[in-house]
Amino acid sequence: MTGGIGSPLLWRWHITMATSIFHRVSIFGLYLSALLLAGWLLSLAGGPGSYAVYTGVLGSPLGLLVLFGLTFTLFFNLAYNVRQAFWDMGKGFKLAQANAGSVAIIAFAAATTLAFWAVLFILGVL
Amino acid sequence: MTTGPTLRTPRSQALGLGSAHHGVGHFIVEHVTAVMLVPLGLWGAWVAIQLAGQGYDAAAYWISKPVNAVLLAVLLVCTLVHVKNAMQVVIEDYIGRFVTKAALLLLNYSVCVLAGALGVFAILKAAFSGAF
Repeated sequence: MTGGIGSPLLWRWHITMATSIFHRVSIFGLYLSALLLAGWLLSLAGGPGSYAVYTGVLGSPLGLLVLFGLTFTLFFNLAYNVRQAFWDMGKGFKLAQANAGSVAIIAFAAATTLAFWAVLFILGVL
Repeated sequence: MTTGPTLRTPRSQALGLGSAHHGVGHFIVEHVTAVMLVPLGLWGAWVAIQLAGQGYDAAAYWISKPVNAVLLAVLLVCTLVHVKNAMQVVIEDYIGRFVTKAALLLLNYSVCVLAGALGVFAILKAAFSGAF
C-alpha cells in the first residue's frame, strides 16, 4: 500500500491526505526545477547571448507564471521534508500534531512564496 | 525455479528471487538528501533573489567564487539524486506494465544523470572561464 492516489488509505478528504498528495505533485515541480537549474547553468556557460535568451524566456509572463508555481511547490516540498524528518524520528504522529503540521506546511509554503516574490517586486526585478 | 528431483535446497533456489533489499538504501538516500536540501534550498532561494534580473555579468561574477560554484554543484546533484529516487517510486507505484515501467525508469535515470553531468560541467566552465 503506497498511500498514493487511488489507495484505499485515501478514502475521504483530509488535510494530511491533501499534503500527502500535493507532496507527490511537488516531486514533479522539483524535477522540472532541477532541469531548469541545469538549463540556466548551461546558458550561463554558453555566454552572454544564450544567458539573455534563457533568462528572457524565464522572465516572460508565461515563464514567470511557471516559476511562481514552482516556487510554491519547492517551498512546500522543503517544509514537507522537515515534517518527514520528525516522522523519521518517530515524533508527530498524534492526529492533532499531524493535522497542525499539515496546516503549518501549507502556511509556510504560501508565506515564503509570497515573501520571495514580494522581495523581487520590492527590489524592482519584476 | 527448477522442478522435479534436484540436489539444490529450497533455500538456495529461492535466493536472489525475492526482495533485493535495495529498499533500505533507497529510503535512506531519499531522506538524507531531503534533509540536506532544506538548508541548500533556502540558500538557493536567497541566491535567486540576488541574481534575478541582474544580468550575465552579475551571474558570471557570482559563480566565479569557489564557495558559490561548489555549493551550487552540491545543490544540483543533491536535488537530482533526490528527484531521481522520488520519481522512481512514483513510476514503480503507478506503472504496472513491465516494458513501460522499465522504459520510464531508464528514462528517469538517464535524464537525471545527463542533467547532473551537463550542469556540473557548466558550473566548472562558467566558474573557470569567467573574465573575473
